[in-house]
Amino acid sequence: MDFLAPVIVIVVLGVVVWLVSGPLRAGATVVEDADAARREDLEAAKEAKYREIRDAELDFRTGKLSEADWRALDRELRAEAMELLRRLDALG
Amino acid sequence: MATVGQACLILALLTCVYGIVASLYGARAGRRDWVDSGRRAVYALAFLAIVSFAILVSAFLRSDFHYEVVATHSSTTTPAFYRAAAAWSSQEGSLLLWVLLLSLWSSVVLFLVRRHLRDVAPYATAVLLGFGAFFTGLLVFAATPFKTMAVAPPEGTGLDPLLRHPSMMIHPPMLYSGYTLWAIPFAFAVGALIVRRVDADWIRATRRFALAAWCFLGIGILLGARWSYAELGWGGYWAWDPVENASLLPWLTGTAFIHSVMVQEKRGMLKVWNVSLVLATGTLAVLGTFLVRSGILDSIHAFGASTLGAPFVILIGLMIAGGIYLVVSRRALLASEHKLDSLLSREAAFLGNNLVLVGLAFVVFWGTFFPLISEAVTGTKAAVGPPWFNRYTVPLALVLVLLSGIGPVIAWRRATWANARRNLLAPTAAALAVLAALLAFGVTKSATSLAMFVFAAFTVAVVVQEFARGVAARRAMAREGPLRALVSLVQRNRRRYGGYTVHLGMAVLFVGVAASTAFQHARDVRLTPGTTATVGGYQVKYVRATARPVYRGERLERVALGAVLDVRKDGRHVTTLRTERGYYPSAAPFASGSLIRGIFDGDATSEVGMKAGLTRDLWTAIQPDPEYLNKVIDATAAKTAGKPPAQQAQAVGRLLSVYRQGAFPAQFRIISSPLVSWIWLGGIIVFAGGLIALWPAPDAARRRVTAGYAARVARELGRA
Repeated sequence: MDFLAPVIVIVVLGVVVWLVSGPLRAGATVVEDADAARREDLEAAKEAKYREIRDAELDFRTGKLSEADWRALDRELRAEAMELLRRLDALG
Repeated sequence: MATVGQACLILALLTCVYGIVASLYGARAGRRDWVDSGRRAVYALAFLAIVSFAILVSAFLRSDFHYEVVATHSSTTTPAFYRAAAAWSSQEGSLLLWVLLLSLWSSVVLFLVRRHLRDVAPYATAVLLGFGAFFTGLLVFAATPFKTMAVAPPEGTGLDPLLRHPSMMIHPPMLYSGYTLWAIPFAFAVGALIVRRVDADWIRATRRFALAAWCFLGIGILLGARWSYAELGWGGYWAWDPVENASLLPWLTGTAFIHSVMVQEKRGMLKVWNVSLVLATGTLAVLGTFLVRSGILDSIHAFGASTLGAPFVILIGLMIAGGIYLVVSRRALLASEHKLDSLLSREAAFLGNNLVLVGLAFVVFWGTFFPLISEAVTGTKAAVGPPWFNRYTVPLALVLVLLSGIGPVIAWRRATWANARRNLLAPTAAALAVLAALLAFGVTKSATSLAMFVFAAFTVAVVVQEFARGVAARRAMAREGPLRALVSLVQRNRRRYGGYTVHLGMAVLFVGVAASTAFQHARDVRLTPGTTATVGGYQVKYVRATARPVYRGERLERVALGAVLDVRKDGRHVTTLRTERGYYPSAAPFASGSLIRGIFDGDATSEVGMKAGLTRDLWTAIQPDPEYLNKVIDATAAKTAGKPPAQQAQAVGRLLSVYRQGAFPAQFRIISSPLVSWIWLGGIIVFAGGLIALWPAPDAARRRVTAGYAARVARELGRA
């Protein structure tokens, strides 16, 4: 068993080095793609805005908001959603 | 294999250090490859922690007493299930469990956000690996679980008998999952503050992890309470013990956080409050971990004094100082985007709920650390007890339950009085009906309990009303049957209806706490076989004594002295309770020359006799009268000291026979307590609600809805 221990440690070390160095071995320097990151974040913000629109509608339908308040809120949220879509489109 | 385990821990420490450097360099230089490499260091940490933990658990399962930690925390008489779980009953094993859970949760969150929050994630990775480095550093330099002995003892000390309870085996992983999961929103908040990106994106990315942390921590706390009730022999589930309180603190501030982040997500408000809350919660989670192992406060749950106090104090100091610096230096960015429109709004209700929760946390913190504060000021360590805690926490809990009913029926931004009145009418009527019924039945002993029942009824009615209205709205929109509409409603609005379910569960739980506290009947009585005591209208007769040896394989696990009790009410048989006191022999029972001394001088625990029901629990625990028992033990020990083991074993058998047939007196704690089961039932409902809230929406459904809304937004865009 004693002779096995160093072998196992070397194998474990190999796995760790292989795993961690993967991105560095991939090749040339990868520069941060700011647009891709921004797109992901805007997509997440858009999903959250849609959730808010749905929430507001449910609030209206379960009697927590009057129709006038809901319509005003809904307009505002949709305008914000549209702004997010515009920014997404602008990223191409 | 101990060498491999130790090597894995050293590698884990080096991996953490590398990952921190790679993440920070990648973030500064805009190098995605280094950032990815840093993230993979977290995966590597998880891999190394799994290998180390597997080696340790395997040593416990094999009862390999070469490992010092196995020899001192397990034995061959420890059942296999408990042997596997004994790994985290030790200081060293529990630290390793901490690293394992931290690395697993961190790997999951970093994998999920690998394509977004690219500016925040590297710093969050560095913070998470910082925690990893701290705990692996402790494991490498101060508390290694892989310390071995050249010669293994023939038998281990055994797992503390108090810990041989199913809920105690699940309790630590749940608690530690809660603690380690709180590190995730903490780390992302720090990352967001460092890169000055203080919008709600980091909150959305970590929301499910915060909810999971809250859920796991809550389950851990409840399992601890259940263990205390069923195992500790005092009949209570909460004693305001420092370690219990330490786990409650991050749960309270975390509860405040998961409510107040909704205000930031919806309105861009409370940013300073939210980052402060999550930084405090992360710090309190580490404080909880520290308290269990520092020995600075006396607790039944603590590992005892250790040398780990100083590193923890440094870490906690760094977390507090760093947190304050980040919040103060970014205060201009953290300004609210909107103001509170009205006091009659959900934002205002959440703010109220937050103030109550933080107030509760402050009370618990003050009471927990009062011994240290009093020692620093007066030189004398004085502790405060349950009455002190109850004086301040009960009114706050009442307000909390009431707010948990009001919050769901108030709209965001500006609710109208007309809508509020309409939404509150039926729940208020239900609460008043409950009040009238309770008064009619003469439930007037405790005003605070009465108030809790009424407020809880109000909250339950609100939740039922919200579900009913939601189902009606869904049926009107989609023409579905009631059950289908309910399922669709919850599926499409998991966060909302999961939250309502949690409120329902909390109301049920608090009813259980209020009823079992105010209307409990408890008596400590001394009985001999044939005699009877009356407790809360129940006649409890000590029918006969029991005494038996319990073997695990061929080895004696314990000697159990107990009693059979017959419980009657108004002459009718209600139940039969059996309770025992278990005496666990020391690792070397013949060391003193007397087997009987080796047995009765070892650890002893109570096996509670309980009849649990939906309306009432009958609970009892026995303590054989030490005066009488010791006389017999002394006499037997004197006669058999130095005799061959077989003769001593026979003498133990005779003693048990004498105990069974004699009229030995025993002390009994007998409790009749109403609605205790509601606490556990409420906990299950809370857990179910938490699961609903954090379960991801099905992809297909989300796509359909998104497509629908996208089309509507596009139409409005075309008209604009």
